[in-house]
Amino acid sequence: MTLRQAQDDALRQAQDGASITEAPKPGGAMRQARGGRSAYDGSGWTPPSWVRIVAPVVVGLVILLLWILVVDVLAIAPRALPSPIAILEQIADHNDIILEDMAITARNALIGLALGAIVAILLGALASAFGPIDGMLAPLVSAIAVVPIVAITPILNTMFGASSQFGRVAVAAIASFVPVFVNVLRGLRQTRPVHRDVLRSAGANGWQTFRVLTLPTAVPYLMTGLRIASSIAVIAALVAEYFGGPADGIGTAIATYAKSGRAALAFAYVAGGIAIGLAFFLVTSLLERIATRRKPV
Amino acid sequence: MSAPTTGSTPAASTGLDSAGTDSTGADSTSLAVRAAGVGKIFPTKTGDVVALTGVELTVAAGEFVSLIGPSGCGKSTLLRLIADLDSTSSGELQIFGKSAKQARIDQDYGIAFQQAGLLPWRTVAGNIELPLELHGVAKETRRARVAELASLVGLSDFVDRYPDQLSGGMQQRVAIARALAEQPRLLLMDEPFGALDEMTREYLQGELTRIAKDTGAAVVFVTHSIPEAVFLSDRVVVMSPRPGRITEILPTGLGDVRSESLRESPEYFERVTAVREALHGSPVERANER
Repeated sequence: MTLRQAQDDALRQAQDGASITEAPKPGGAMRQARGGRSAYDGSGWTPPSWVRIVAPVVVGLVILLLWILVVDVLAIAPRALPSPIAILEQIADHNDIILEDMAITARNALIGLALGAIVAILLGALASAFGPIDGMLAPLVSAIAVVPIVAITPILNTMFGASSQFGRVAVAAIASFVPVFVNVLRGLRQTRPVHRDVLRSAGANGWQTFRVLTLPTAVPYLMTGLRIASSIAVIAALVAEYFGGPADGIGTAIATYAKSGRAALAFAYVAGGIAIGLAFFLVTSLLERIATRRKPV
Repeated sequence: MSAPTTGSTPAASTGLDSAGTDSTGADSTSLAVRAAGVGKIFPTKTGDVVALTGVELTVAAGEFVSLIGPSGCGKSTLLRLIADLDSTSSGELQIFGKSAKQARIDQDYGIAFQQAGLLPWRTVAGNIELPLELHGVAKETRRARVAELASLVGLSDFVDRYPDQLSGGMQQRVAIARALAEQPRLLLMDEPFGALDEMTREYLQGELTRIAKDTGAAVVFVTHSIPEAVFLSDRVVVMSPRPGRITEILPTGLGDVRSESLRESPEYFERVTAVREALHGSPVERANER
């Protein structure tokens, strides 16, 4: 399986309906789940908390050692699979150009995420306020959700020209739109009857009810949508680079170096791509955690 | 629904007998609630459901009235009609001589529900001052009022906490403080202690009688607990389902002071029995007579 196929698969999975409609996790439940040493958790034996950190580290080290064994010691790996040590060397030697390309891809993903999210929030608000608009948008959103983003990427890249980053930004924006829209629309419908009664009995008007109740209720859902969309935006911005546009960015570099036989440098760029995705995910997860820390009473 | 400002019944703390007539009097605004022939029908796919029919009820200013009855008797519906959270299907309903809608907009009543219904992202102070904030009360005034209300419900040390850091009883006290924020002359309560444990419940009942006395507000209190209704009320309105209606109104005559010793007094038990018999529609068998 080539890297491109793998990424296409990841993108398709990410766009799957099931993965874009998670409910926000209340902070309390998470805190409880991490409580650890409860007597009745159903599974009988609870491992001590350090195991949760050490176990994945051990798995990672074992894989790394196997990798070194296959490539460096036994030398039975194909040429396209470089040694982790070689990759680290490439990262150290070329960190300046890797960082430069990372900045370009990250910028495309961020602008795309912001654009997609803004449009999604505006349309979500309209759809929740006016039933007919919801009816009009629903088929359109379903259509966008099922269009494989890679299928329209070459068209968008051609549309906005080979010297413009906007084709890539547009791809990231379209990919981010759906999860944000779905979650915002859902969040705007989560106000509880007792809260609506409280505001009505306090004589609140429509705008006050939106500002004081509807909007704060929807924010955790918006943050969940943003968290899901952030990973998709990075993947979309990176994959879009395989289909033309300016000769920069992480994706372009991976394609170029993989084709020209510099596998270790290509993998160094892959590490850069992982770093961007991780950064986006961690920041949006943190925002989500902050937004969901007050669970409804 | 428009309220004729002079239309009223004579002073009617005796309740049922005086309501429902169209006689006019000068003191309409001294009545907190006047319901005449009030009915509520909920249309459903399988036909109309009569939730309430022919409700005749007056609540005098400063009076404490409980609505009691089995599920489906329309007691919560009646409260929601008074609060203008639902609209009447028939009959006439006046709150301080105004329409229910006008009374809601004028903030003549405060309301508390079985669920505290606090906004989880606001602190205790933020929740208490919510009605004041919505009505454009200045920040300094709000802060002073919050301090006053927090001490009234005994939560002065907790104004900066968030609702999920409080117990159920404390959350309910915040909800009561919020209901009192606009100094309403009428307090509407829909099973506010229904989800609390017995000890907290009895404690808050005592607190509520004190608060009602201090503020001089009339209270309409929905409950399905007989002892609670008797302990709190000047009059207990007994309701019955299918269709929801008032079957009896019992004055308790237990006086203004409601202390814990009242719970052990013979008059109290007598009233509890009377309400129980009214609910069951026949004299209740005593355990030792079985």
